[in-house]
Amino acid sequence: MIRTEEMTISMGPQHPATHGVLRFIVKTDGEVLHEVKPDVGYLHRSMEKIAEKVGYISFQPYTDRIDYVCAMTCNHAYAMAVEKAAGISAPERAEYLRVIASELNRISSHLIMAGVMAMDIGAFTPFIHAIRERETVNDLFEMLCGARLTYNYVRIGGVSFDAPANFKEKCVEFLNHFEPIIDEFNRLISFNKIYVERLANVGVVSREDAIAYNLVGPNLRGSGVRFDVRKDIPYSIYPKIDFNVPVGIGEAGKVGDCYDRYMIRIREMKESCKIVRQALEQMPEGEIMAKVPRKIKPPVTEVYSRCESARGDMGFYLVSDGTDKPYRLKIRTGSFSAMSIVEKIAPGLMIADLVAFISSLDVVAPEVDR
Amino acid sequence: MIKEKFTFAEEVKPQAGGGWYLVPADKIVEVCKTLRDDYKFDCLSCLTGIDLVDYFEVVYHLFSYSEKKPLVLKVKLEKQSSTMPSVSAIWPSANWMEREVFDLLGIKFENHPDLRRIMLPEDWAGHPLQKSYKEPEEYCGMSTKR
Amino acid sequence: MIQQLSLLFPMLPMWLVQAIWCGVVAVLLLTFFSLFAGPVSWLERRIAGRIMSRIGPNRVGPQGIIQWLADGVKNFLKEDLIPRDADKILFRFAPYPVFLGVTLTLVTLPFSSLLIGADLNVGLLYIVGAWGLVVIGLIAAGWSSNNKWTLLGGMRSAAQMISYEIPLVLSLLVVVLMSGSLSLQTIISSQGASPVEWFIFSNPFAFIAFVIFMISAVAEGNRTPFDLPEAESELVAGYNTEYSGMRFLFFFFAEWGNLYVIGALAASLFLGGWQIPAGWRNFASAQGPILPHVFEVLMFQLKTWIWVLLIIQLRWTLPRLRVDQLMKVSWKYLTPFAFVSIVGTGLWMVVFPEGWLFMKYLLLFSMLAVIGYFVWRAIWQLRFTKSKADFKLIV
Repeated sequence: MIRTEEMTISMGPQHPATHGVLRFIVKTDGEVLHEVKPDVGYLHRSMEKIAEKVGYISFQPYTDRIDYVCAMTCNHAYAMAVEKAAGISAPERAEYLRVIASELNRISSHLIMAGVMAMDIGAFTPFIHAIRERETVNDLFEMLCGARLTYNYVRIGGVSFDAPANFKEKCVEFLNHFEPIIDEFNRLISFNKIYVERLANVGVVSREDAIAYNLVGPNLRGSGVRFDVRKDIPYSIYPKIDFNVPVGIGEAGKVGDCYDRYMIRIREMKESCKIVRQALEQMPEGEIMAKVPRKIKPPVTEVYSRCESARGDMGFYLVSDGTDKPYRLKIRTGSFSAMSIVEKIAPGLMIADLVAFISSLDVVAPEVDR
Repeated sequence: MIKEKFTFAEEVKPQAGGGWYLVPADKIVEVCKTLRDDYKFDCLSCLTGIDLVDYFEVVYHLFSYSEKKPLVLKVKLEKQSSTMPSVSAIWPSANWMEREVFDLLGIKFENHPDLRRIMLPEDWAGHPLQKSYKEPEEYCGMSTKR
Repeated sequence: MIQQLSLLFPMLPMWLVQAIWCGVVAVLLLTFFSLFAGPVSWLERRIAGRIMSRIGPNRVGPQGIIQWLADGVKNFLKEDLIPRDADKILFRFAPYPVFLGVTLTLVTLPFSSLLIGADLNVGLLYIVGAWGLVVIGLIAAGWSSNNKWTLLGGMRSAAQMISYEIPLVLSLLVVVLMSGSLSLQTIISSQGASPVEWFIFSNPFAFIAFVIFMISAVAEGNRTPFDLPEAESELVAGYNTEYSGMRFLFFFFAEWGNLYVIGALAASLFLGGWQIPAGWRNFASAQGPILPHVFEVLMFQLKTWIWVLLIIQLRWTLPRLRVDQLMKVSWKYLTPFAFVSIVGTGLWMVVFPEGWLFMKYLLLFSMLAVIGYFVWRAIWQLRFTKSKADFKLIV
């Protein structure tokens, strides 16, 4: 007997387009998706439980592993949360170094996203070009703290090392080199006709959906919401710095499509360059570490601190009971909520579109699972 | 404003940090719905639970994108039942967050569309973020300790 | 040729001469095929490396030139895995039609006025037919692997190759219309050595047909931007996901062999094939009977390799189309335009029976202008990138 049925495919955990270990249970009719169920948890390490066991200072290196693509901002967000709870304030030079490191890391994270996006669409070359540039950012980080992926650079009360003497000139050298490279990258892929056609009007997330599903960061701005934690809930030295917040305007199709989310990141790289330049100019001399006791014992309190990571609003909800270990530490990440919207948007897309949609959300698997 | 509207909500202001409103568990859906529709709290940015040994606390961090201001709600939950209504119909983002709270803390949400474990495997025993949690010796015949 | 051979060996019966001749030609062509597909795989990786600003294989032999031999040996030694639930017969069988489909087309490719496996009077039809075998292999591979990704890949390849076969054949019809023959030697003979005597520049419609031919041939060869059947970021590896070892290699033999077939067809149908200028021919003929053929072979190779290199660069530059866009390109643009070019060429031949020299030169110079712009742009970009790529942060 001839009959038709939906084909159920398990996309992942080992699949080239799932950026780590994500899994989608996909029901398709040929190429068209009928249902997509994300299945996460393959990288769950129970970070929150670990935090309850190891204490405030020892948890700092673990924050690198929440989002290894943009570890600096995770460090920064955690340090901010603990400082807020314990009433420590970092010296000004340390704040500048934190912002420089975070923005450089944002550049390197967005480079990965842009490259991987192009690779998922089928063009390999931009990926390698992006990685080539990322290497130089990693060189800068190596100058700063000796590490290239998991930095553990931002510490509670400051930063671990002061910038070496030639850091400023090397950094400016890199920025002078990098800003034209963004234009070259755009010429190579961003304005490619096939690329634009593949991304425009695909996976459109409306403004309402983006807010209701709690999308954050570039994904939220891609849907036309002008919100950036750096601007709207300012922290560190961001109020002293002049920069723009790019917002999706639907330049190739509808507002909130994959192309908008992609271009937001390209534009943010330019903004980050601006921020780093200004921060380097303004950076004062001085201490890089505040007086921090060996055992941090915040008073009985709870704080929710938010920080703009490369994947958006990163929140640390910290409940302290007066001991040197957090009573409860909740890590609220952008990728987790971004994954939950896949189920809503994906039906009706094609398999190739799903791949583009996931990479346009810039999901990093360990950040989903923590 | 929430004080006048909901007389049952109790405002808590500790010495340090921001304050929150304590809402009874059975009223949470009503409160959240009003907050979303009338007070423009269009985003539930974080939902989490805390095991306070005697009772659970469920914490809602709301955020209003139009007015750019946060609000914290808390719900006290008895350990015996550990069941409360779900707000996933109000904010779709609550869907996964409630699943996570269920998975890691064992709080059950009524009227949740799809309350399954999300991080841990389906057949995992226990809820790790409970303070009384003991790590099982083995899982499916594999030792969890080396 | 066979007649001449049988005169050389009068003691042998005719059928034996024919059989030996067939064997010799087959061995020669297969050798040529492997000797093409191997190094071109190395070449592609080197070019890809250059484009991606990395090095590429450079360890095996000088500049890594025998990397392909190492890869071949490695693949020979690999275990030939067959999934437990696969359709074993079909799974074993699938690589052969793919390989065969590409190699069979070589039989009628004219390398020079003499060097041709068989100058069939239906040569073009034969090439299209043989090429169609590839799709059977791909579907068989996709279906028999018992894997949903390979199935999707196989289905994609079937849809793609069948829809692109239509504009491909239609654009070939333009050439047939102009030369009045399906035999490749006749087609080449009716063109000349000078670019204005080539079919591509004979009228604007033929030019359109050439563009359509190139696009659909690239799609037939499963190359980016039409590499959907093996879209690695979507379908893991497409139809060849479950293959390993030598069977896997057969698919790639076919892929790189396809490159040559595409280039050779473009060269011989539109670009005058092995035709060399009369001056060269006179000079070469004066040196002996062999030299003109050497010149012809070199000319043919030159024209072919230009396209081979171009397609390789396309692959490492462009992203991939989506399935519906792929179908749209074929059915909404290429097929109607192919019809237009057929009708247009017919009308043109009626209106200008002798051809219109002005238009030929116009087309030639506009093509040269495009190439010139491309070269200028490439040089500009190279200068820009060179100043940037040398950038090194010394920590």
